Amino acid sequence: MKVPRTRESALFAPRRGDAVTLGPPGPEPVGLGRYGEFGGRFVPETLVPALEELEAEFRTAWASDAFRLEYATLLAQYAGRPTPVTECHRLSERLGVRVFLKREDLTHTGSHKINNVLGQALLTKRMGKQRVIAETGAGQHGVATATACALFGLDCIVFMGAVDVERQALNVFRMQLLGAEVIPVTSGSATLKDAINDALRDWVASVESTHYCIGSVVGPHPFPWIVREFQRIVGDEAREQTREMLGGADPDFVVACVGGGSNAMGTFAGFLETDAELIGVEAAGLGLESGRHGASVSRGVPGALHGARSLYLQDEDGQILEAHSISAGLDYPGVGPEHAALAADGRASYDSATDAEALAGLQELCATEGIMPALEPAHAIGWLMREAGKRVPLGSTVLVTLSGRGDKDAMQVAELLTGETLA
Amino acid sequence: MTLESSLRAARESGRKLLVPYVTGGLGHGWLNIVRAVADAGADAIEIGIPFSDPVMDGRTIQEASQRALDIGATPAGIIDQLAGADIAVPLAVMTYYNPVHHMGHQRFAQRLAGAGVQAAIVPDLPLDELNGWADAADAAGVETVLLAAPTTSDERLAAICARSRGFVYGIALLGITGERTELAVEAGEMGRRLKAATDLPVLLGLGISNPSQAREAAAHADGVIVGSALIRRLLEGGGSEGAAAFVRELREGLDRDD
Repeated sequence: MKVPRTRESALFAPRRGDAVTLGPPGPEPVGLGRYGEFGGRFVPETLVPALEELEAEFRTAWASDAFRLEYATLLAQYAGRPTPVTECHRLSERLGVRVFLKREDLTHTGSHKINNVLGQALLTKRMGKQRVIAETGAGQHGVATATACALFGLDCIVFMGAVDVERQALNVFRMQLLGAEVIPVTSGSATLKDAINDALRDWVASVESTHYCIGSVVGPHPFPWIVREFQRIVGDEAREQTREMLGGADPDFVVACVGGGSNAMGTFAGFLETDAELIGVEAAGLGLESGRHGASVSRGVPGALHGARSLYLQDEDGQILEAHSISAGLDYPGVGPEHAALAADGRASYDSATDAEALAGLQELCATEGIMPALEPAHAIGWLMREAGKRVPLGSTVLVTLSGRGDKDAMQVAELLTGETLA
Repeated sequence: MTLESSLRAARESGRKLLVPYVTGGLGHGWLNIVRAVADAGADAIEIGIPFSDPVMDGRTIQEASQRALDIGATPAGIIDQLAGADIAVPLAVMTYYNPVHHMGHQRFAQRLAGAGVQAAIVPDLPLDELNGWADAADAAGVETVLLAAPTTSDERLAAICARSRGFVYGIALLGITGERTELAVEAGEMGRRLKAATDLPVLLGLGISNPSQAREAAAHADGVIVGSALIRRLLEGGGSEGAAAFVRELREGLDRDD
């Protein structure tokens, strides 16, 4: 049945080729960036003035029609939004639940990260800064940042754990092609956590001329708020799209993978006011009992790292533990403070999928739908395959955010599946 | 005697203050290093409690922290060792907020007080986030030293000086800890601004790497904190004797009449 496409219709949903219409801004965190007992601004004094400036700039910009129009135009004309929601008929038949994918893999640069960096690049210009630094895990945020910097003529430096440089060689090359300098980080576990450490160390020295374009809903206030607002387009679009496809109803379940949690937070933001059950899927790595995972909500305890009070994997002395995941993007021992708050008050729940389940999810989506997800959202698919008919009753409707495409992981997956390196 | 009264007394005696930094747990004989540094002319000593993710620290202190953690250093262990150490000068621990948060504000403060540690410096706990910790520290009689940065506004600087205890830590450059070939241009300005804002002892730290830089920086403040330059000597195997020799050089540089 074709739904009439008029503004008056309650079922007006964004479609590819449409102009992007931003929904109303979401709520500001309380006080100094608080989400319940989480959040805050636990940073060296040197950075406080820059964070205050950024907060003021964002507040003004986000309320400005001109800024919002400029941002929305970039999302449409450059990033390729709105992205569609795809119903997965064959996967649905196999699982006995109706599966819908929010297709962030179809954006320019291939993941939801572009939504945030375009917004932050506009803020960088407004603040009159010329140099941008970023951290990256899988390389998706690094590629997105390098892309936005090329677009705006900004200097770009990306910090990336040496381990991730190794396993994401393709993205390193993409960033370099885009004009970014990629700095391998060898300290600590040489992954995303350490890349953030080194980005913060750079920023403490360069703060007067440099914007730190943080890639997830983590870090000191105002970053978790800014990144959630720049990602809420994912959830706002998906809500209208699934309502159209479900005859006005919302999905029973809304599922997204969680590393730091930006695609999940952007998705959840659009569904907080609905009855949908919100589920974040963390990386269970080799299994929660193995101690080698990235499940910060399930297994973390409250602490303060990278500027925010949230849940972190740590030992009995408060030393941060190394996370482990097959996917570099989920290899982070913490989670954004708003997720910690959603978990604490029960509005969202958090579960996990192992490396093996993620790999199976990736294969299944390739085989049934012809879509190769990145290893990060493959965790959400793997979780659904495990839980369909259990936690997710048969016949349920489920929206999964497909946060990025799997091309970047092809070499790694080939090695995992065949035991051989592709030449 | 509090850290503040001790530093004020030293300042009134007419000398420039010297506060070296030693990473706690760096080698099993680390307390001997602390004693040697105290005897070599320190007015107080900063004891680093290592944290896995020290974002204000450069390579040298990162490495020292990692080495200490690798041989089993823990916050509780370091503080408890200080309890019986009988160091002749006041002590301030320097650590990040997570280990404090993890132990609990009250337990951490009481543990410090119980060990005879006068003060704490927590560089990722700025003025705006201070309350939970500072209340517990005040109650336990532990002085919380606050940091001011070159980027801090005058208004904020005044508030930091008003809330700081022990002394005010002026960050002498834009950046993280580590040796520099020259004293940063921000050092003098930082010292002057703080001296104009407060009567608390004003110490400059970060990037102060040798006796002449210490002397140059101290001209704009009440004294200096020296970390990475000392820690590098320890990482290179200098031991207590090497540490003491370097602290004596710093002392002479600060005391020289010319």
